[in-house]
Amino acid sequence: MVPLSWFLFLAAALFSIGLFGVLSRRNAVAILLGIELMLNSVNINLAAFWRYGNVLHMEGQVFAVIVFAVAAAEVAVGLALVISVYRKRNTVIADDIDMMKW
Amino acid sequence: MTGQQIIFLAVALFTLGSGFMVVTTRNLIHAALWLISTLFGVAVVFAILNAGFLAVVQVVVYIGAIAILFIFAVMLTRKDMRDQGPQTNQNWWVGALIAVLVFGGLVFLLQGWNGLSRTAADIPSGFDAVAELGTALVSPAGYVLPFEVASVLLVAALVGAVYVAFNRK
Repeated sequence: MVPLSWFLFLAAALFSIGLFGVLSRRNAVAILLGIELMLNSVNINLAAFWRYGNVLHMEGQVFAVIVFAVAAAEVAVGLALVISVYRKRNTVIADDIDMMKW
Repeated sequence: MTGQQIIFLAVALFTLGSGFMVVTTRNLIHAALWLISTLFGVAVVFAILNAGFLAVVQVVVYIGAIAILFIFAVMLTRKDMRDQGPQTNQNWWVGALIAVLVFGGLVFLLQGWNGLSRTAADIPSGFDAVAELGTALVSPAGYVLPFEVASVLLVAALVGAVYVAFNRK
């Protein structure tokens, strides 16, 4: 049987990879890709704690399902914003989207 | 080392390698395709954890909808980013440092926790995780309120996405 720590370390590594993507990429779509990786690592943690805790309590899976819904909402709004900015400014580079910078 | 551990290690390496390619590859279409393989690896991890419903939802919602949405967005916004210019900003090493520090901090925190080497109890016979999950999601004693709030959030986000991306001309 796989110990709990392996799942937690996998989730931590995936979260860090996603964090690196969010912090270092210039393309706004690539930043959203990094956020997806981070949300997935959280879901691994939730499912792992459900399985290794009391299986009869479904909290872990319930909140993983809610994270799915939130991730779908976040991607829809994020990509809509990127496409809208691309129409107006003709760029998807996060550094160049500085209309709200004073 | 049992067969399940070998399968887990193989899937974890596959997932992390694909995730690394997502954040480093130059071509964004390729990054989106690597994201699909990462999501598939996570689905296999869900299957290893006996969370069958999550594995199926991962494939249907994430790979079937979200990853395809990403590919559409990349196709609608390609142009200048594909072949020339750096894909990372000048401070990418700060991001790498922060990511490594976060990983180190998480590992350090987890090392000090005594539940780390816990192994899973057997699932009781006759326990139907999908039925239990469905009951928990819609029963007033369970999580019907967060579930409904999540659905309202999803509707609001999708209406807002249509409004934001709508071309008024």
